[in-house]
Amino acid sequence: MKPILSSEQLQLTIQRLCYQLIENHYPFTDTVVVGLQPRGVLLADRLLKQMQELYPQIKLPYGQLDITFYRDDAHKELHKANQTTINFSIENKKVILIDDVLYTGRTVRAAMDALIDFGRPAKVELCVLVDRRFNRQLPIQPDYTGKAIDSILSQKVTVDWQKPEVLLH
Amino acid sequence: MQLSTKHLLGIKDLQATDIQYILDTAAQFKEVLQRPIKKVPSLRDVTIVNLFYENSTRTRISFELAEKRLSADTINFTASGSSAAKGETLLDTVNNILSMKVDMVVMRHSASGAPHFLAQHIPAAIVNAGDGINEHPTQALLDAFSIREKLGTLQGKKIAIIGDIMHSRVALSNIYLLKKMGAEVTVAGPPTLIPKYMRDAFDVNVSYNIGETLKWCDVANVLRIQLERQSQPLFSSLREYNLAYGISRKLLDEVQKDIVIMHPGPINRGVELDSDVADSNHSIILQQVENGVAVRMAVLYLLAGKRNEN
Repeated sequence: MKPILSSEQLQLTIQRLCYQLIENHYPFTDTVVVGLQPRGVLLADRLLKQMQELYPQIKLPYGQLDITFYRDDAHKELHKANQTTINFSIENKKVILIDDVLYTGRTVRAAMDALIDFGRPAKVELCVLVDRRFNRQLPIQPDYTGKAIDSILSQKVTVDWQKPEVLLH
Repeated sequence: MQLSTKHLLGIKDLQATDIQYILDTAAQFKEVLQRPIKKVPSLRDVTIVNLFYENSTRTRISFELAEKRLSADTINFTASGSSAAKGETLLDTVNNILSMKVDMVVMRHSASGAPHFLAQHIPAAIVNAGDGINEHPTQALLDAFSIREKLGTLQGKKIAIIGDIMHSRVALSNIYLLKKMGAEVTVAGPPTLIPKYMRDAFDVNVSYNIGETLKWCDVANVLRIQLERQSQPLFSSLREYNLAYGISRKLLDEVQKDIVIMHPGPINRGVELDSDVADSNHSIILQQVENGVAVRMAVLYLLAGKRNEN
């Protein structure tokens, strides 16, 4: 087991991601945030909390998207579906998709399909905490990366929000 | 996570965890049905035949919509106007359809056990959409979903099933389901329409008094009098039935508590349910229909996920 981000590093990384989002999107007039269920939401919650602390005046529409019914492996394996809540229009909005770990890219592919069923966004960006580069199976890259790591297929990345820390098994 | 069964033949064969899983999944599908595009690509690779050997409005439309909203390909078969009228057997008909590469069969039949028979002889997954006087599992699931949505849980709730218990597959499926999920059940109606063995066989209360039953229950699921299945007269007239066992506004007002009124449809207005009750704010009859699509999406989605398991 190898630590990727310690508690302190994780806090700094989230802060940096916030500043990067602010740099590109301030004053967030046409921007919405969508966290991917289940674990992307945990990161999105923290990012938005941090954002509130830095700029209390920012009001960002925030939704949670579940991609279970859009998976490309439904005929092989069933996953339990989670709640989707998007109570705002994404039509012509800049959407920031948030997930904890970017790996094969298949989840993000499904998320983009799911998202487009809610409307036609002006732009979709991807923000991830950990990018497992060189493991991609689809041409998908993040716009904001907490930390890029090299890992092999048999390894696993877990984000423990209790500690909090990020580990490579 | 997987269902414990390959087919949905009846609630009798399901575990409580299966029911929970179906209802939880249905809740997510209900959200899908509120979206601008009410459709997901989950079953793009699945072809489903709707085999209806008996009349149906709600169930057939509901299944067809559920299939379309899951992006499955669908074929509709109704017995009238088909070769069934020329004497083709059920098994021959189904095997012919399956040879055209169909993955799932949704079937309604007037003979109890018809889907169970098919399940033994064909490889496709089968969903029972009502077989004779045996079971109507998706109706029980959507009833449970609607109760859960209204009251939060099924556990410990008091549910009355009122009317023609003897000929009702909805009653039987509901009893199995409600007992498995920890609800209390009373069946009520005229003695001629409630089989003698109900209390012992299903561990339910039996009542012949509608007023008392309404005072007891949280939910009243009112069933249709199925004249087409009654070979001999079991009560003297519809008017008399309505006076003794029908639910009127007056009866409901006397209860002095908020009970939920359900009905699987089609309603015989003025027989088992008066119009001012069916259309009152106690009634969740139209919500039941709405929930039917989400529940059937969940059933088809979860069974399709079992298809390639062998």
